[in-house]
This record gives sequence, C-alpha cells and structure tokens, in this order.
Amino acid sequence: MSSPQAVDSRTAGPGRAAARAAVAAQSARPRPGRSTVRRRNLRTGLLFISPWMVGVLIFIVYPVAYSIGLSFTRYSGMEAPTWVGLQNYVTAFLDPLVRTSVGNTVFYAVIAVPLGLIVALSLALAMNQNVREVALYRTIFYAPSLIPAFAMSFIFIVFLNPQFGVFNQVLGIFGGSNVNLLGDPTGVKIAIILMAQLGAGNAALIFLAGLRNVPRTVYEAARVDGAGPIRQFISITFPLLTPVLLFNLITGVSGALQVFTEAYIVTNGTGDPDAGALFYMMYLYKNAFGFAELGYASALAVLLFLVGLALALLIFWLSRRFVNYDVEAG
Amino acid sequence: MSTMIQTDTQAAVRSKKADAEQYNRRADGTRRPWYSTLIARVVMIALSLLFLLPLYWMIASALKSDEELAQFPPTLIPSSWQFGNFVEAVTAMPFLTFFANSAIITVSVVVLSVLSNFVIAYGFACIDWPGRDRMFYVVIATLFLPFPVTLIPMFDLWARLGLVNTLFPLIIPAAFGSAFYVFLLRQFMLQIPRAMLDAARVDGASEWRILWTIAFPTSLPALTTVAIFAAVASWNDFMGPLIYLQDQDVQTLSIGLQTFRSVNAQDVSFNLLMAASFLVILPLLILFFVFQRYFIRGITIGGFK
Repeated sequence: MSSPQAVDSRTAGPGRAAARAAVAAQSARPRPGRSTVRRRNLRTGLLFISPWMVGVLIFIVYPVAYSIGLSFTRYSGMEAPTWVGLQNYVTAFLDPLVRTSVGNTVFYAVIAVPLGLIVALSLALAMNQNVREVALYRTIFYAPSLIPAFAMSFIFIVFLNPQFGVFNQVLGIFGGSNVNLLGDPTGVKIAIILMAQLGAGNAALIFLAGLRNVPRTVYEAARVDGAGPIRQFISITFPLLTPVLLFNLITGVSGALQVFTEAYIVTNGTGDPDAGALFYMMYLYKNAFGFAELGYASALAVLLFLVGLALALLIFWLSRRFVNYDVEAG
Repeated sequence: MSTMIQTDTQAAVRSKKADAEQYNRRADGTRRPWYSTLIARVVMIALSLLFLLPLYWMIASALKSDEELAQFPPTLIPSSWQFGNFVEAVTAMPFLTFFANSAIITVSVVVLSVLSNFVIAYGFACIDWPGRDRMFYVVIATLFLPFPVTLIPMFDLWARLGLVNTLFPLIIPAAFGSAFYVFLLRQFMLQIPRAMLDAARVDGASEWRILWTIAFPTSLPALTTVAIFAAVASWNDFMGPLIYLQDQDVQTLSIGLQTFRSVNAQDVSFNLLMAASFLVILPLLILFFVFQRYFIRGITIGGFK
C-alpha cells in the first residue's frame, strides 16, 4: 500500500520498464484465474454502481415509459386512466395556448441563449484580466448566481414596480415616462430574460476554464506575427473556446426550454398579462397540477422531450463543423 | 515542522513579490505603461456595480420603512435603518418552520448525495470490470434527459405511496446518485494512483475498506464540491416544493415565501419579503465565501473535461 516505487506510468522515466517488470512479476504470483478475477470484479463493480442502476430504473426508465403511456390517456390522478389514442396530441397541435406558450418559449430562447453566451463570455474575459484584484471581481460577478430564482424574481418585482421602482427613476432621467414592464406581454418576457443574465456566473466560470487552457505560447507567437488583441481573439481565443461554447450552448438551450420559476413568481402563477409569460413549462405545469389533466400534460411533456432530444442532436451535428478540439491535442 | 512553515511563508512572500512584478509586465517581459490596466479596471468596476445591484437593492429595501419604500423617487440609502423588519419578517410568516424544513431537506440531501455518488463513482473509477466504460456512456446520456418528462409519473408514484405533503419525495431520490455528481467524482477519482489501490488489494483489503481508507481521504475536495452543489440546488429548489408540499407546516423557504406573497397579493410588504429573502440567501453567501475555491473547481471540472 505504501510502496514507494508506485507504478505510475506517467511519472516513471527510465525506471518505467523496471516498474512494468515489477507489476508483471507481481501478477505472475499464484492467484485465481484471469476469468475468475474478471467475474469477481464485474460482480463488485455492479454492486457499487447498483444504487445508480436502481435509480435509473425508478427515476428515468419507469417515468419516461409511464409518461409515454399516459400521453395516450385521459387521467385526472383520481380514477384509472382511460385510453384516448392520439387525441391528446391532436388537441396539443390545435390548442391556441400551446401555440402561445411555444411562441413565448421560442422568443425567450432566441434572445436569452445567444445573449447569455455573450454575457458569460464577456464576464469570463473580465475575470481573466491581468490585474491584481481580479479575484474580487470574480467573486462579485459570480455572487448573483447564488441568489435563487424565486428571490431574484422578488427583487425584480420591487425593482420594476411602476410606482416606486428604481427602473422608472432611471427611465425618468432619460426622459422616459412611467412604464410597467411586468404589465406588458412582451415586457414581462424581456424582464425575465434580463433577470437570467445576472446568473451568467456559472457559464462564465466554464468559459474562464477554457480561456486558461489556451497555451500562452500561442498568443506570444501571434504577437510576434503582429496580431493585435482583436485579431488574437478572433483567430485564437474563439476557435479554441468552441468546445466550452458547445457545452454552454447545450445547457443554455435545455434551460431555455424549461424556463419556469421566474415566470411563475413574477406573474404569481398566472402567466399573464395576456399569457405573455406563459412559457411551455408553465402551461405544462398548469395542465398537470392546476387542471388535473395529467394525460394531456404527459403528451406535452413527451413533445418537449422529443424537441429537446432533436435540438441536442442538431447541436451535436452542427458542432462537428465548428467545434475545434485542437487545444486538447496540444 | 516549524521550519517547514517558515519556508512556506518565505515562499509565499517571494511569490507575492513575483506576482506584483508580473502584473506590471507583459508576457515578453517588457514593462507595461501605468494606464494599460486603467480601462479594464473602469469597465470591471462598472460591471461589478451592476452585478452587486440586485443584492444591494434587496438589503436596502429590507431596511426601509413602509413609507420610505413607497416613496418616489426611491432613496438609494435607507434614511432610517429598520432592523426591526427582519424580526417582523420572521414573525409575519412561519419562517422558522420553513427554515427547519429547508434545513432538514438540504442536510439529508447532502448526506445522501455524497454517500451514494461516492460509492457509485468508485464503481466507475476504481474497479476494472468488463463493460464499465460502456455503462458510463449511459450515465452521460442521462445527463441530457430533460427532467419534465419524468415529472408527472413521479408525482403519481409519490401520490400512490401517500407521501405527497411529506419531505420524502424531495429527499429519497438523492440516495440513488445523480449523473452530474457521478461524472464529476469519477473524473476526480480516476487520478487516484492505481498502484495504491492494487497494493491494498494485494494486502487483502476489501473494496469497501479501500473505499473508505484510500479513496475517501483522496477524494475529499471533490466530495466537498458535491456537497456544496447539492446543498445550493436543494436549498434553492422551487419546483419540487411547489409540487409536493401543499401544507404550510411542511413547506420550505422557497415556496413559503411565495405563498406569503400571493396570500397578501394586494398589499404585500415588500420590505418584509426582501428581509425574509435576504435571510434565505445568507447561509448561501456564507457557504460561498468559506468554500469559494470548491465552487469554482467544481463548475470547471463539470463543464470541461
């Protein structure tokens, strides 16, 4: 256990061959047959991961299958589900509120995802500045990410209040009149998008890790060749950040499809004004737990699942064209 | 021992000097002009003010009196600090009950998450078994599963078990691991030297013993990260409590505050709501300042490798 000549092939230099020989000698000692060891390892390995396997069955396989099944039924949660075939799906395609909620969600995703990436990347560049107090900036930029969505929503409600909110005071300075952003179907979406930008800290830290992974020598070479800071960003930093960008893009899209808490709090669970903040998850939630339409809500969930899956595959497929993995090879 | 500390301090002093030098120089060693970081600093200070604003506004509003809060234009700094608002917020709603429920859930989830994910990750990182890496792809795949598709069946299941309106639906799942934490821990535990594990095996130690005597101490930083992540996620969860906790005596802070606000929808005292919200965030802020580097490391391990 405390053998000093630890057989770590990475650190071993000239002693590597000797270390290998030592391992070979060790494994040549009498011991149970190879297949017995493998079988015993298989049993132990499966035993250790068994909580996860049980979890996958209970919390993933069973609910996904059950959702698909329920989506073909009418079910209130009280009496037994009754088979209705494809009716829920037909209803979903004709339901004007589904159209509204899809529209709202797309509106949110199309603005919030790219904006979120830009904000996070800008924060990461700021966090990577070569100034002495940079740790302080990192802490400050990350701090709002700790504030839970419900509390951030309360803050924004106070902030945007048409009577006493600071937002209107700022508008007043620029000559604007009183605006109730949360009372407007588009304004409420914009407020929720802006709120989400304050939580860019997580994505920014992931970008930061990517930035620090770019070898300094590459920049030095570029500077020798006469590339300025902007040229360096376009030709070096950005291409080498694409793997991290892919990760943040996928998390961003999947988060946008599921936006819920902020909209629920800001609108007090209604999704109003004019269903302007009725996002897809809000409508799904309302059907399931407000109207006890568990069958219909399941159909909506299955559709969301399929869309999410399709988007993830699309992003992966596109990523083969734009993601550059050179930095990992180098 | 004391000499070791002394050399450490000396090294620290030296590196601090070197750092200070480094900030004034370019990568190629030439001295930077004094104004070169000025623009960067101005931009970052402006950004910092913007990112501190929500937190500041929360605290400032929490300290204002009802009259001052309703004043327009709003005052930047409360004219008289109403610390009594915090006391009033705690008594205006069953804050302590909410706090206790949140704490019970969070502590249980943290303990269960750390234990279950540690054992699972050990099975994926430290034992060689046929099919292991293929099985790990399944773990990765479940990372991308959108959770709403499991929402209704899980509710149905807990309802049939009669456990809706108890804390169990929010605690029990943590005992079965989660793809993200397994992933994070596995990446870390792959770095434990194989020779150390094999030597222990040759000495006749059981895997369970190796798990606790070798893997546990070496994985402590990663386990801390998991504990922090699980704590924050559980403390901040809104949708889970919204669905499972209907009675006030089992509600958590997140849903309790929302209930308080919607019950008094017409004239809710926002200063009390802000005061209560600040008390909710306070434990997180303390956790963050104490364990800052674990936050940052965890996020970057999870996102990158």
